[in-house]
Amino acid sequence: MTGDWEERTTPAVRPYVITGGRSGGPAATLPWETLVRAADAAATAGSAGLQPEHRRILELCQGLLSVAEIAAHLGQPPSVVQVLLADLIERGLLVARPPVPAAERADVTMLRKVLHGLESRL
Amino acid sequence: MASKAACDPSPPPPQYVRPTVSGAAKLLVVGPLGVGKTTLIKTVSEIRPLSTEAVMSQAGARVDHGGERTKTTTTVALDFGRMTLDGELVLYLFGTPGQQRFLPAWRELARGALGALALVDTRDLAASFDAIGQLEDMDLPFAVAVNAFPDSPGYGEARLREALDLLPRTPLVVCDAREYRSSVTALIALVTHLIDTAEPS
Repeated sequence: MTGDWEERTTPAVRPYVITGGRSGGPAATLPWETLVRAADAAATAGSAGLQPEHRRILELCQGLLSVAEIAAHLGQPPSVVQVLLADLIERGLLVARPPVPAAERADVTMLRKVLHGLESRL
Repeated sequence: MASKAACDPSPPPPQYVRPTVSGAAKLLVVGPLGVGKTTLIKTVSEIRPLSTEAVMSQAGARVDHGGERTKTTTTVALDFGRMTLDGELVLYLFGTPGQQRFLPAWRELARGALGALALVDTRDLAASFDAIGQLEDMDLPFAVAVNAFPDSPGYGEARLREALDLLPRTPLVVCDAREYRSSVTALIALVTHLIDTAEPS
């Protein structure tokens, strides 16, 4: 059995600097499972005003990835990544699928799809 | 430690979600340290489980030493995996430690979660109380899966339900987190319960 979690204390300076101290508006609260990818416009758009972290996200998101996966690949907390993703979505450089966070509690249709998908795995 | 390896600064290249996928959902896998959360996630995940750090407290004490900012935050590493279902939906499974002090991470993760699978080790039932209590407090529907270890004492279902103080409608299943079919079957029991909860007959 290996460790399930790891608790540690880290300097908060870097995430704080990356987000400029912002915690983000409503768009920065994308749930961790929200899928995003770079928009077609990202390939041609200039990088003026983008931070290195923004550019890394665009490079990473050549296909669909969740907020959590992006955070894991960047080695940044999801709370920081959410703010950066919101910046990119606002500039039209990143698209989220679904475009808005889904309902707070999924409906039965979603649950039935999950059930069917799991049953077909057996 | 697995979570240490998953935190490797150079993780493998991203395995993208198939372009046919139109939506995502998530379930939590909760329980105490060592109960097998990461094992279960690894067993069913199509990607090598990844680890991400949730920030536990933003409001840490900030002390200035000659202008140097030394604010610190505590973080907790959460392991997660992914399953693509029927080519059109991805299901994320987040391993969530059960201890009371991780509650802030729970609140963030529980937002939008369909439900939770609470893993229990019968060798230490009391260790699971925190996780189950928090699920009840947050009103997040859940099923209980006993992860059977070779030396686990074999309690009867009635005794387990009583010890864990479960409602009669809360599913209780036995699984082996190392086994694919067994783990998927536990997830099916959970999702079936979630449908029953959402749609009372």
